[in-house]
Amino acid sequence: MIEVHNVQKSFDGNQILKGITCTFETGKCNLLLGGSGTGKSVLLQCIVGLMKPDLGSITFDGTVFTNNKVQIRQEIRRKIGMLFQGSALFDSMTVYENVEFPLKMLTPEMSREERRDRVEFCLKRVGLENAGTKMPSEISGGMKKRVGIARAIAPNCTYLFCDEPNSGLDPLTSIKIDELIHEITHEYGITTVVVTHDMNSVIEIGDHIIFLYKGQKLWDGNKDEILNAQVPELKEFIFSSSLVRAAKKVDDETEGGLAAATTDEAINI
Amino acid sequence: MVKAFGEFLLFLQSMLTRKERLTVLWQRTLDECIVIGINSIFIVAIVSAFIGAVTCVQIAYNLTNPLIPKSTIGYMVREMTILELAPTITSIVLAGKVGSSIAGGLGTMRITEQVSALEVMGINSASYLVFPRILASMLMFPLLVILAMALSIIGGYLAGSLTGALSAQEYVEGIRTDFIPYNIVFALIKSVVFAFLVSAISSFKGFYTQGGALEVGNASTTAVNNSIIAILIADFVLAALLL
Repeated sequence: MIEVHNVQKSFDGNQILKGITCTFETGKCNLLLGGSGTGKSVLLQCIVGLMKPDLGSITFDGTVFTNNKVQIRQEIRRKIGMLFQGSALFDSMTVYENVEFPLKMLTPEMSREERRDRVEFCLKRVGLENAGTKMPSEISGGMKKRVGIARAIAPNCTYLFCDEPNSGLDPLTSIKIDELIHEITHEYGITTVVVTHDMNSVIEIGDHIIFLYKGQKLWDGNKDEILNAQVPELKEFIFSSSLVRAAKKVDDETEGGLAAATTDEAINI
Repeated sequence: MVKAFGEFLLFLQSMLTRKERLTVLWQRTLDECIVIGINSIFIVAIVSAFIGAVTCVQIAYNLTNPLIPKSTIGYMVREMTILELAPTITSIVLAGKVGSSIAGGLGTMRITEQVSALEVMGINSASYLVFPRILASMLMFPLLVILAMALSIIGGYLAGSLTGALSAQEYVEGIRTDFIPYNIVFALIKSVVFAFLVSAISSFKGFYTQGGALEVGNASTTAVNNSIIAILIADFVLAALLL
């Protein structure tokens, strides 16, 4: 479990995070939802340690991360896997080497054979068992995301962070990536935090959703509750999506909840 | 200016704290030696050979006094090559080639979040990416300068012989006159200092690039400009201190 307590962050006097307090639950896909410029990515970067919050604390399973000793921070960081918005694959390495890289760096005690088995397992898990020899420039955006996920889970991460995993992908690939993240989260019981503004992701994988608006947490709940949330800013955000409007219509007509409003039905409307 | 220098020193400090394992650093340094050293041999060879040739021809053109022996041309080519042309011009050429490559490479890694990916893994990105580049530069620049010295002197020999400015015997006689071995040591000290300046300044500029492709280009240009200025200042300071 990751606990964020009263995290504040400003840039040049402009306060981006205004005292955010929230919890990311273990074994669930926790979504940080919000429009552009609401501070989602800044909060994510504060959590993973790429930025230092001005105030507040972040705790990983009871261990304080912010302002703690470098060694403790390193210990926590080594349990973190991250999928970046642009995948951030090392472009001088092959797909195989990208996935092997954290193992080589973080677990020097692993033998070459053990590393090879682990890399092959991770690549197979994301459906890229035949792409190991390719360079990042030779694969599609969706494949890059899969490699990013494989690299993140290779060292048996406890916490998985995904910064807009669907950006730049077509809807079908987006759904596949969402499903993969969801499956991996439940399969390994890890704490996953996904930054998104994509309502499709909310419907697909939103086990726990935190809605940010102008640097503040306005709402949290799950995907079954979000359509009935009574927060005006959240309602405005979610119903700006045609797909969600359609899904809501199906929901109202069938009274079957969001489960009844599959993507196919929504599209048919 | 003072703030930028302070940031530069902090950057160097960050590179030396939390270093990666020695085997990793050594492997990375060898990789960088290939990029910085081996891949620069061709351009260094071409530039130094022609500089030696042109120096020889131009000295011969200016040396019209019949009282001065023609072997002086060989002597002057050697002195100019060892003391100044080989270390300084080679380093300026490498500032353009290696400096822009380092700044561009690190800048691209920064804007495509590859540096952040290393940081999230708990790897000291400065130590992993920058330290081997600086070390490789400091190892390879002196070797390239030695190559440049040899090729420059050979270039002068060929140019002098082919144009008839002086005979091969006179050139060799000049080359062997009043040789001071310390000059070689001085040139190598200069090359190590220049290597550090070029690689550290370029890494600093690239590592802190923010924005997009345009900023990466700007970082490369600034890195080369600053490196060349630093080389020229260091050249003067070292000459004043060590000669």
